[in-house]
Amino acid sequence: MSDYILRVKEISKSFSGVQALDNIHFDLKKGEVHALMGENGAGKSTFMKILIGLVSPDSGEVLLEGENLVGSNVHQTLKKGISMIHQEILIIPELTVAQNIFLGREREVSGKSGMLSGWLNDAGINQRAATLLDRMGVSIAPKTKMRHLSVAQMQMVEIAKAISNNAKVIIMDEPTSAISDKEVATLFQIIRDLQAQGVSIIYISHKMDEIFRISDTITVLRDGKYMGTRAARDLDHNALIAMMVGREIDQMFPEATRPVGQEILSVHNLGKAGKFSNISFNVKSGEILGLAGLMGAGRTEIARAIFGLDGWDEGEISIKKAPLRARTPREAIERGVGYVSEDRKGLGFIPRMSVKDNITLSSINSHRKGGFIDTHSEQSAAEKMIADLKIKTAGAGQHVTYLSGGNQQKVVIGKVLLASPEIIILDEPTRGVDVGAKFEIYKLIRSLADQGMAIIMISSELPEILGLSDRILVLSKGKQTALLSKAEATQELIMRHAVA
Amino acid sequence: MTRFSKLGQYGIFLAFALICLVLALSTPKFFTVSNLLIIGNQVSINALLAFGVTFVIITGGIDLSLGSMVAVTGVAAASFAHPDTYPLVVPLLVGLGAGSAMGAFNGLVITKSKVPPFIVTLGTMTIGRGLALILSKGRPVSNLSDSFNFIGGGSVAGIPFPIIILLIAFAVCSIVLNKTILGRYMYAVGGNEPAARASGIRVSRVKMWVYTICGLLSALGGILLTSRITTGQPNAGAGFELDAIAAAIIGGTSTSGGTGTMTGTFIGALLIGVISNSLDLLNVTSYYQQVVMGVIIIGAVVLDGVGKKD
Repeated sequence: MSDYILRVKEISKSFSGVQALDNIHFDLKKGEVHALMGENGAGKSTFMKILIGLVSPDSGEVLLEGENLVGSNVHQTLKKGISMIHQEILIIPELTVAQNIFLGREREVSGKSGMLSGWLNDAGINQRAATLLDRMGVSIAPKTKMRHLSVAQMQMVEIAKAISNNAKVIIMDEPTSAISDKEVATLFQIIRDLQAQGVSIIYISHKMDEIFRISDTITVLRDGKYMGTRAARDLDHNALIAMMVGREIDQMFPEATRPVGQEILSVHNLGKAGKFSNISFNVKSGEILGLAGLMGAGRTEIARAIFGLDGWDEGEISIKKAPLRARTPREAIERGVGYVSEDRKGLGFIPRMSVKDNITLSSINSHRKGGFIDTHSEQSAAEKMIADLKIKTAGAGQHVTYLSGGNQQKVVIGKVLLASPEIIILDEPTRGVDVGAKFEIYKLIRSLADQGMAIIMISSELPEILGLSDRILVLSKGKQTALLSKAEATQELIMRHAVA
Repeated sequence: MTRFSKLGQYGIFLAFALICLVLALSTPKFFTVSNLLIIGNQVSINALLAFGVTFVIITGGIDLSLGSMVAVTGVAAASFAHPDTYPLVVPLLVGLGAGSAMGAFNGLVITKSKVPPFIVTLGTMTIGRGLALILSKGRPVSNLSDSFNFIGGGSVAGIPFPIIILLIAFAVCSIVLNKTILGRYMYAVGGNEPAARASGIRVSRVKMWVYTICGLLSALGGILLTSRITTGQPNAGAGFELDAIAAAIIGGTSTSGGTGTMTGTFIGALLIGVISNSLDLLNVTSYYQQVVMGVIIIGAVVLDGVGKKD
């Protein structure tokens, strides 16, 4: 059939004996938005890397308009018309918007030939960038330095770059993970426009409602295997989840099985100039406190203050009635605070170290024998945690870089748990995590609370906050606007206080 | 993992074995006990400095002041090593103490000021050179006791004493890096400093340790050198930092931090020693030796880079 722009046939790939992709099919029509769904570790990333020529498959074909791309490198696939908008946007902050869009192609737009083509033509690229952004309906000045842009704007620039590359296929990996609802609407409008011009989009996201809003077709991968392709209108949430995880999840949020106990953490009149002020709350043993609010409301800043990553200007933080003094992560850990950051790569793990070394990093002192590390007790503690959290790894000695996002998250949680915390702060614990793994994380959070830990959970997903929290603290622009009980909280009420 | 990455991992060992084999076949003088002891003796100082800087580079830092620390500690030790003045332990403690203090100073400035280690140690490199000239009033400090001169010039059971010091230092450094919590923290700090801090590691303390250890090992090198040439030379050790860094890099330590092994560095230092020794045996002039060395440094990193792809 000629209306397919991209046909992927029988792609297989294994890494060090692990079958990452097994006989995958994927057909993309001209001008369609095709969602690729699957849990973490399902093989989506590897599949994308094969499409853009970053990884070459062990077998199979990638046919773009009939031409096999297997063996082409990233540069060649880009020229042939496959562009990818990465989840972590790859830009050069000190260059301008226009310079970023035409990065690597200055010669093509220099307007000169031969020796002179080495001269930059900034006026030319500015003009072309302006036309391009204009056509997208985006108001970004081409001469602005990239570092002044918001994440959403950077994304628009990336899309502009893809368009300027005459992309026939644009792959978008979690494009909405860091942008606001309004920006999502703009993004979707641009996707619709691209579609109308015959550009095909491969759309990856964990957000179900988005998938149903934007996509025409959905292909599901599970454990590296092809699970099928369906028209989006023939599927609903539950059917899609069932395809992804291979079972139906009836109850997403587990209920508490024990009453809350004594106060563990109390925050009193906490303030930090320019970030937050007058924050007071407490968390009790066995309780999950949800921190809700929009981006920039100060939730992460408060978490960082409690954990000692940043200082604070006024007020007091006490753990079991005794105030924190040193205000360092070390003190916080010693006093029983654990922090699972939203910034997994930046603050969570050490990529070049093994799963074992990462997971015991905060508790290595408990495996001390003289000045040395007791390797046996360390190894068995690590292996127990790997088993408890069902971390999928080739072994305790595997480098964390090779794990999927969800499993990397579990390594970080394991590290925190091994330091025997009494209170755990989880900052966006399910960001970038798929449905099946989300459910596992919810179960884990509830079981930790049931074991008597106090939990603070920061989340931008209201269903998650409502489903899991025993109490909800709502913040707006650095101020505390409501403290709601589970019984009284609704999405509307939380939103009303979040924008107050 | 691909075949290449395995090659990258063991590449340095293979390269070293291969070069030794070729040399053993091409010049009969190479593989003799006396020549091997000469090589061991020659590489000992560079290897000690390379061990020190390996710790530093693993944490993501760099130390350019090694050579100056060699001079300062050598002059300082020599000043207390004249015959019939102090017992041997005094110049040793003075030298090692001076090196540790200078290393600790590097660590202190780096952790307190947040100025990049490259700049700080560039500064202390110059300061150190000045201190060595001030301490010695610009003149070599000679007339040292026999017991002091034994350290760099003596032998035990036919084995030059510097080789014995080298092997002990290698064992201790390997243990510190692989078996202690401090060693684990070094990898963590170099691998991802914010994450190390968020894991409860006192990053500044780890850095203080590595620069101090680096100073201590430089002092050991300075004492060996002074004893070997039986003079405390204020101009000694110039450029030593580059040889030491080269040994670490050839041995697979990544300048971006977080990876590296003592064994690799040891082999790196041996490789440098073996090559200059063999080029001597083959009558290649020292001008060409430098070119060869440069090619090897770059080659080692290229090989390493190939191994890290994928």
